[in-house]
Amino acid sequence: MIRVLLPQHLRTLAKVTGELQIEVESQATQRSVLDAIEARYPMLRGTMRDQATQERRPFVRFFACEEDLSYGSPDALLPEAVAQGTELFLVVGAIAGG
Amino acid sequence: MSKVRVLVGTKKGAFVLESDAKRDNWNISGPHFAGWEMYHVKGSPVDPNRIYASQTSGWFGQLVQRSSDGGKTWEPVGNKFAYDGVPGTHMWYDGTPHPWEFKRVWHLEPSLTDPDTVYAGVEDAALFRSTDGGQNWSELAGLRNHGTGSKWQPGAGGMGLHTILLDPLDPRRIFIAISAAGAFRTDDAGASWRPINRGLRSQYIPDPDAEVGHCVHRIAMHGSRPDVLFMQKHWDVMRTDDAGESWREVSGNLPTDFGFVIDVHAHEPETVYVVPIKSDSEHFPPDGKLRVYRSKTGGNEWEPLTKGLPQSDCYVNVLRDAMAVDSLDSCGVYFGTTGGQVYASPDAGDSWAPIVRDLPAVLSVEVQTLQ
Repeated sequence: MIRVLLPQHLRTLAKVTGELQIEVESQATQRSVLDAIEARYPMLRGTMRDQATQERRPFVRFFACEEDLSYGSPDALLPEAVAQGTELFLVVGAIAGG
Repeated sequence: MSKVRVLVGTKKGAFVLESDAKRDNWNISGPHFAGWEMYHVKGSPVDPNRIYASQTSGWFGQLVQRSSDGGKTWEPVGNKFAYDGVPGTHMWYDGTPHPWEFKRVWHLEPSLTDPDTVYAGVEDAALFRSTDGGQNWSELAGLRNHGTGSKWQPGAGGMGLHTILLDPLDPRRIFIAISAAGAFRTDDAGASWRPINRGLRSQYIPDPDAEVGHCVHRIAMHGSRPDVLFMQKHWDVMRTDDAGESWREVSGNLPTDFGFVIDVHAHEPETVYVVPIKSDSEHFPPDGKLRVYRSKTGGNEWEPLTKGLPQSDCYVNVLRDAMAVDSLDSCGVYFGTTGGQVYASPDAGDSWAPIVRDLPAVLSVEVQTLQ
C-alpha cells in the first residue's frame, strides 16, 4: 500500500480528504503509482501528467523522503519507504502564479 | 414566470447569478471550482439544465465540467484534446515555426439542437466537437489543415479559438474566429474551411489586408439573420452582410474602435453593443469612464450608455467573452469586468446596475433565459 498526498485542488477534484492509499499491481514507480491513481480517480487524468505524452506537467512535482523525484525516470523504483507505505509520495503544485 | 440565469467565469472560479424577470434581486451561488480559471461557462439552448464549463489551471491543466441540473452540481467529463494526426507547426511570435500544443479551452458552444453535442474552441487554435456530452472530443481538423494554419500567429493572450457561431438556419454552416489568425467559415459541418477576412485591414501585420493574420477579438450574430455578422477586431468594429465574404468598417463615431466584446440585441438585429477600450496598450475605458456604446443602425452611429456605470476613475477591462444578452421582452444586457463587477441592464442598455461588485476578474458572461 502506497500513501499519496495530493495538492488541495486535486483532492477537491477527486472528492477526497487527506491522503490516498493506493495499491499498485507491479513495482512501485512514479508511473505505476500515477496509473493506479488515475484508474481509481479518472477525473485526475491529465492533471498531473499529459494524457498523450505521459510527461509530468511542468508545475507539478513529485517529492518523497525529502527528495525531489520529479526529474527521475518515471519507471525508476520509488524509495523503499514509499513502497512500504511508511513515507508519503507527495504530489506538489509549484509555488508560482497568483 | 420567466427567470434569467447568468453564468460567470472568473479567474478564480465560476458563479451562477439568478433572478426573476425583473432582474433587480439576484441570488448568487459560487464560487464553483474555487481557485481555478473558469474560461467559459455556457448552457445548452435546448436543455437549459445542461451546462458546460471550461476549468483550467496553469498547474493542473484542462478539465471540462458538466452540469445536468442548471449548475447546482457538476461532474468532470472528458478532457483529452488530442490534435488530429501529426499537428505540425504554426508561426511563433518571432516568425519561426512552432509546434501546435494544446493549452486550454477558451470557449464552449453547445449545439442548437442536441444537448449532448458541444464544440470547444481551444488554444493552440483548433476546433473540437463532442457528441456524447463532453466525454470524448474529436478535432474538426479541416480548419487547422485547410492551408493557412502554418501562418497563424498567437496574439498577446495566446493563439486561441474564441468565437464559435452556429448558424441556426443552416446546420452545416459554422463561423469561428482566432486570435490572431482571423475569421473562418465552414459550409459542410466542419469538414472544410476557408478564411473570411476580405475587407479587414490591420496595420500591425506586414500586409494589412492579408488573407489571414488579423486579430479578431469577437464576432456576434443575430439568430434571425445569420449572414449579418458584427466583429470587434483588435482595432475596428466591422460588419458583413454576406456571411463574411466581405467586411466593412462601422466604427463610425466611437471614441475608440479598440475593444473586445460585441453583441446584438435579442429582438433588434440592427442594435449592437460594444465597450470601447482606450488602446491595445492601455486596456481600460477612455477617460476612466465605463461606457457601453449602442448602435441602433447596425453600426456607424453609436450612442454612449452611461446611466449606472462609473463615469470617473474606472480602469477595468471587459474581455471578449464577457458580454451577453437575455431574450426577455425587454432585452437584458450583461457584461463583466476585470475588476470583478458584473453589470446588468434590464432595459436594453438604457440603465445599468451591478449584480455583484467584487468577484475575481471576470473572463466570461453568458445568460440563459428560463421559462
